[in-house]
Amino acid sequence: MNLKSRHLLGIEPLDPAEIALILDTAEGFAEIGTREIKKVPVLRGRTVVNFFVEPSTRTRSSFELAEKRLSADSLNFSSGSSSLVKGETLLDTLRNLEAMSPDFIVMRHAEAGAPHFLARFAKASIVNAGDGAHEHPTQALLDAFTIRQRKGKIEGLRVAIVGDILHSRVARSNVLLLAKMGAQVTVCGPPTLLPPGIERLGAAATWRMEEAVEGADVVMMLRIQLERMRGGYFPTLREYAAFYGLTVERLARAAKDAIVMHPGPINRGVEIMGDVADGAASVILDQVRAGVAVRMAVLYLLAGGERDAPAQER
Amino acid sequence: MTSPARVRVLDAASIERSLTRIAHEILERNKGLPGLGIVGVQTRGVPLARRLAATLGSIEGTPPPVGVLDINLYRDDLSRIADHPVLRRTEIPFEIDDATIVLVDDVLYTGRTVRAALDAVMDLGRPRAIQLAVLVDRGHRELPVRADFVGKNVPTAPAERVDVLLRETDGRDEVLIVKPKDGRDLRGEDEA
Repeated sequence: MNLKSRHLLGIEPLDPAEIALILDTAEGFAEIGTREIKKVPVLRGRTVVNFFVEPSTRTRSSFELAEKRLSADSLNFSSGSSSLVKGETLLDTLRNLEAMSPDFIVMRHAEAGAPHFLARFAKASIVNAGDGAHEHPTQALLDAFTIRQRKGKIEGLRVAIVGDILHSRVARSNVLLLAKMGAQVTVCGPPTLLPPGIERLGAAATWRMEEAVEGADVVMMLRIQLERMRGGYFPTLREYAAFYGLTVERLARAAKDAIVMHPGPINRGVEIMGDVADGAASVILDQVRAGVAVRMAVLYLLAGGERDAPAQER
Repeated sequence: MTSPARVRVLDAASIERSLTRIAHEILERNKGLPGLGIVGVQTRGVPLARRLAATLGSIEGTPPPVGVLDINLYRDDLSRIADHPVLRRTEIPFEIDDATIVLVDDVLYTGRTVRAALDAVMDLGRPRAIQLAVLVDRGHRELPVRADFVGKNVPTAPAERVDVLLRETDGRDEVLIVKPKDGRDLRGEDEA
């Protein structure tokens, strides 16, 4: 079996069997990260372009390391150095990138749907590394991988996702994935940061953090982007931390063996207190390790063979 | 629809006898078990490796360590096959450096799997020696590879398929040659 599409655009088009295949495959790749020689010749001679039109350090580094460990040749094409600032259209940029015959384009873009647009024209496989406030599929997959490693399963778990749900592609992809895999998800944040209709994605919603965390097996905190402060979504960071920061006391309401997750970078003292981030329940650094294995698995699976013509893309 | 003809070349008892003989040959060649590790190639090499280790243990007292190797990432046809094979675990629970490794697989055919396995082991360390044990050698090598220990040499036609069934994976012990009746080439359905 393999993935149905040759692109990874989001969690939304994936079915549970495809998600399970990616997570199972990632188990094999996680082992490679523990070897002395952390490299396998799977993508030897293949070219990957990391096309990042929005700044990103961790996601890009994680993809880069995954590509290197698969023996692919990769090159970085990022916003600062790109000609997009010089007025080139996205499609022209794609044509220029494709003139270098890449096999994959890993792309991050500030506009939702940008990778989907390019996938309609691209000969290479497009991997969405985050598009606007829409999706960030590899983050949700690495979170699921981390949960499965710690909990042995995803189905039936109670997961609380707390923070800026409105602007978060991480939250959206995670809600979609966890709901597909049978977890019970509650999203939580101030009313201004909870998008209306989030229930339709398969999650319950609440403004009260205590309610979201109560009995949860997984508490996933989202980063408060300080630039949102100017948007007037909440009065002050201190007030946000007072209502939605994860403290030891709030975590005590969760299940005894609950794990705490965060996609990083963390704001200590805002959405998560230092003693929780450094505590025994925190799996934040496991998430980083899982990221490389999951991205290797995605590239490996997408590299497998020929699939339908671009018109058939999902 | 014509079903292909099946000919049994090994039954449960002869599989058992082959493994016992191979165990004795391994001991004779290596003068005992010290420094020896058994590594099964996923998937059917793994139960064979475990059986071989158990037999070695019953002869020598303590069984040698057993590892599991997935060679899929080292295949030479990855860029040509439509569905990338499901990746299984690689787990070698002993020090590879300076060990003598006996690679175990079910069928030796083109030699490409063995080539991939050699690369996979070399990426994990530097063994003192690698030896190869297979249950069936069906010929038709495409690479200069030979087995050190062979359960049975089975002459086959290229269009035939060799099915190794083991109780751990298939519920029974049997080796069959499957001949195409309608002239169909069964090679594509064979394991690599």
